[in-house]
Amino acid sequence: MSKSSKLITCEQLRSHFRDGMSIMFGGFMGVGTPPRIIKEILDSGVKNLTVIGNDTAFMHSGVGILISNNRVAKVIASHIGTNPETGRQMIAGEIEVELVPQGTLAERIRCGGAGLGGVLTPTGVGTVIEDGKTKLTFDGITYLVERPIRADMAILNAHRADHMGNLVYLRAGRNFNPIMALAADFVVAEVENLVETGSIDPDHVMTPGILVNALIAAEDK
Amino acid sequence: MDAKNLIACRVAQELEDGNVVNLGIGLPTLIPNYLPEGVNITLQSENGFLGLGPLVGEPLPYLVNAGGIPCGMVPGTAFFDSAMSFAIIRGGHVDLTVLGGLEVDQEGNLANWMVPGKMVPGMGGAMDLVTGAKRVIVAMEHATKTGGAKILKRCTLPLTAAAKVTAIATELAFFRFIKGQLTLTEIAPGVTLEEIRAKTEAEFVVSPDCREMQLPNCSQQ
Repeated sequence: MSKSSKLITCEQLRSHFRDGMSIMFGGFMGVGTPPRIIKEILDSGVKNLTVIGNDTAFMHSGVGILISNNRVAKVIASHIGTNPETGRQMIAGEIEVELVPQGTLAERIRCGGAGLGGVLTPTGVGTVIEDGKTKLTFDGITYLVERPIRADMAILNAHRADHMGNLVYLRAGRNFNPIMALAADFVVAEVENLVETGSIDPDHVMTPGILVNALIAAEDK
Repeated sequence: MDAKNLIACRVAQELEDGNVVNLGIGLPTLIPNYLPEGVNITLQSENGFLGLGPLVGEPLPYLVNAGGIPCGMVPGTAFFDSAMSFAIIRGGHVDLTVLGGLEVDQEGNLANWMVPGKMVPGMGGAMDLVTGAKRVIVAMEHATKTGGAKILKRCTLPLTAAAKVTAIATELAFFRFIKGQLTLTEIAPGVTLEEIRAKTEAEFVVSPDCREMQLPNCSQQ
């Protein structure tokens, strides 16, 4: 093992934030989004962010906090309906919103992390989602070519991790976290329970530690 | 019994023992209350699990439904990530999805994710669900609050998916798409064919087997 632990301080994490960067966030309605890392992004003062994730949660939870505080320039998500501030800023022209069907979003992120140039999906054929996209027909079924998505940083939320960064998620907190672990240049996971390397059963590891650059300890609840 | 519960009760008769089912938010979540005796289904939740159940006792960490609301899980539940969740959905492993609708038309097109300039919540998982589920039932009130038709010749709102709807359940009627043709198969108790025609813009045929809607389990609620 080259390093004994990937655990870093919030101060060390802040050196990775910069204006205009793209950030992928795990989570579904805020569940599985790392609250402490979101707070650090907010407190660091960075702005003009592009945020990529399933939804913009609520005004005071998950990534919604960054939108309410005007730190976001662009959102790529499948759903913004639970955070009225996202819709308000979109209609006012303050932020750009790209809506992507949820399964397509998952596959575009997976492609971004898996070395694939895109995915063919029937989802969106015959709807506004197909506008401007290449269509291909095989065996009588028409597909849209959907391109990969990557980000400068991915912020994940894990229930358990060892010092090498092997991650375990809890219940429905898994959602987009494992696929985002492959699709960003810098991957940081907020961890509720940090355990000694070797104490997670290898069969239970959901995200291999080599994909994770840094760990942040969650605040006590 | 109100319109929503009547519709849920009718749709519940469509579920077969062993089905894997994804229910949209709102009215469709009432359907499990009306399952016929001996019919056991598995509920898929697009945020990443099979085995969704009602909340029992206190909410548990990270155990939420696709609306972000605390829920329960049944014995045998499996959790997974969003790519797996939508592989299950898009790959035809969900037998039935039931969703609400803003508009449905006689070609089997569904619009239920946005009203341009008014409501742009995003499609979430709806486009993938309607595209990938083996059967798609739209469960909705027959007309708008102002009495306007929702079952149209041609949808006017942006589509969720093209030509994927297999049946429509309302408080007045049940329609199936039979050989691509919108077909009235049931009329709710106390409703006349004339009333259905007056509140339906779409052209439809009346099945030779058209009968009164049976609601055998509806008194249990």
